Amino acid sequence: MTTTMRRSRLHRKEHQAALVFVAIPVIGFLLFTLFPLIFSVYASFTNWNGISAPVFKGLDNYTKMFGDRYFLKSLWNTLYMMIGIPVGLVISLALALAMNRKMRGTTFFRTVYYLPVISSIAAVAILWQWAFNGDFGLINQGLSLIGIGGPNWLQDTATVKPALIIMAVWKGLGYSMLLYLAALQSVPRYLYEAAALDGATAWQQFRHITVPMVRPVTFFLIVTSIIGGSQIFVEINIMTPTGGPEFESATIVWYIWQKAFDNLQMGYASAMSVVLGLLVFTITFIQFRLNRRNQFSID
Amino acid sequence: MSAQHVITTPPLEPSDTIPSGPGNRPTAAAPGGKQRSVKGRLQLGNVLVTLILTAGAILMVAPLAWTFSTSLKTRDGVFELPPQWIPDPFVWENYARIWTAGPLLSGIQNSLIVACSVTIIGSLTSALAAFAFAKLRMPFKNVLFLGLLSGLMIPFPTLMIPQFTIFASIGWVDTLLPLIVPGLFGNIIMIFFLRQFLNSVPDSIVEAARIDGASYLQIFWTLILPAIRPALAAQFILWFMAMWNDYLAPIIYLNSPGKQTLQLVIANFNAQYAIQTDYPLIMAASFVALLPVLIVFVIFQRQIIESIALSGSKG
Repeated sequence: MTTTMRRSRLHRKEHQAALVFVAIPVIGFLLFTLFPLIFSVYASFTNWNGISAPVFKGLDNYTKMFGDRYFLKSLWNTLYMMIGIPVGLVISLALALAMNRKMRGTTFFRTVYYLPVISSIAAVAILWQWAFNGDFGLINQGLSLIGIGGPNWLQDTATVKPALIIMAVWKGLGYSMLLYLAALQSVPRYLYEAAALDGATAWQQFRHITVPMVRPVTFFLIVTSIIGGSQIFVEINIMTPTGGPEFESATIVWYIWQKAFDNLQMGYASAMSVVLGLLVFTITFIQFRLNRRNQFSID
Repeated sequence: MSAQHVITTPPLEPSDTIPSGPGNRPTAAAPGGKQRSVKGRLQLGNVLVTLILTAGAILMVAPLAWTFSTSLKTRDGVFELPPQWIPDPFVWENYARIWTAGPLLSGIQNSLIVACSVTIIGSLTSALAAFAFAKLRMPFKNVLFLGLLSGLMIPFPTLMIPQFTIFASIGWVDTLLPLIVPGLFGNIIMIFFLRQFLNSVPDSIVEAARIDGASYLQIFWTLILPAIRPALAAQFILWFMAMWNDYLAPIIYLNSPGKQTLQLVIANFNAQYAIQTDYPLIMAASFVALLPVLIVFVIFQRQIIESIALSGSKG
């Protein structure tokens, strides 16, 4: 009798302590995530300038959005720039394979390739803007060495997106490479030895052992890159402050930011941000589901 | 570490024929011709791979090196053709000019205030929550944890407009508070990883300490915190770098130059001095903004790289 009472008192104390420790992030979540989220969804149905009270307008913002040439353009630009994702993955897998050897200097290379990842995106955008300068930039200087006259990258409608893609690949390479390297190092060696005994060529081993074994990382990288890529803002804001030549480099987040904080169309901007949120949520959700299925198929 | 290395294109001959120790090096007279060809091929491969990786490394570093080189040039030296990689003369004075050309110093101060207060207090609150989630009994624990995790699925741009309105209504616009206060409540990514890490700490040490009469806060300070120190340090550094490099939240809230964080200050340098074609000044300021994180990275690169590789493979 007394022991059960004592135990329940002990449990209550434990519950109390746990509750206090957990309460801080939970309150933070309610204040800075859940409440703003609900607010955002509500505001997306209103006409609102951020100062006076929102006026309910139903689905107006959503119908307006899909007739808005600039919104559609920024959506297209954002999707277009995701071409860099597969390019970056292929290069980073090749790099990881190259570094996954017993040889000197791999730690040094790993560090060097990782430098752009940790560099501030604002500084990176500034230095690439200078590197893409049409007359005196590093890129065109390099191209002129092999006899190519480079364009004025950021002012040309045809090259502004490729320029941003090149920069994004450069910045993200080290991260994907590192994750691939970790995945490669966990592939059991006997798989290759058995395949070699069976006469598999290096290409066959790569195709049928390496690629399937790193598939979870590939999947993780694709999903995180899409989530990150759908939120590109800083480089656009710094390198092409007006959205680029003929709006060719404006992204969704850049357009949301401009509508909300320059034009004070907060209701409309909220609607676009809700669409973006749904997009990101769906991709993340699919990742969770597929991840679970992957685990089942391994079991 | 080296035991984890796997040769992806293994030699066609059984690998145990490769001499492994340095004392085992075959001499010219050794009768192991086959051994040498395998080793030779491996070495040739290594040389080729090193050459390719070196070329890649030059491409990766070139923009950063170019920034540093430009920052030491004269204003006209920037436009010289062919370009000089090594400035002539070295204009170290550019690094003196940046401090008066814009609010760089207050930018550094503001960035330090934001990044330090958020990461120090936020790490503590995150660690406490992780302790509770991993080691303490509590009703609805998993529901709460999953609820917090679901917050990760919502991108910041979806929340920024209401957050701005909230902070505007209490007069916090153009102060550092909107950047600091949300972070003090902890960081769900950090909670997640610390909780994972705590799973490897036996529950019995908490039980034992309870029997000895220690309070939960004492257990946290004396047992949990030392146990999670490596994971905490790695997550702390990653969070600090993310805060230091943040741009979107500061640009929304901060207007007056003296209030801006370093990243905004250099962006304004860029906008302002590009018109005057003072590229050395812009590049010097950018390089100063890059440097702290580069130094932190080079010092802690081992821990940082390991924790990133871990987080990715767990994802």
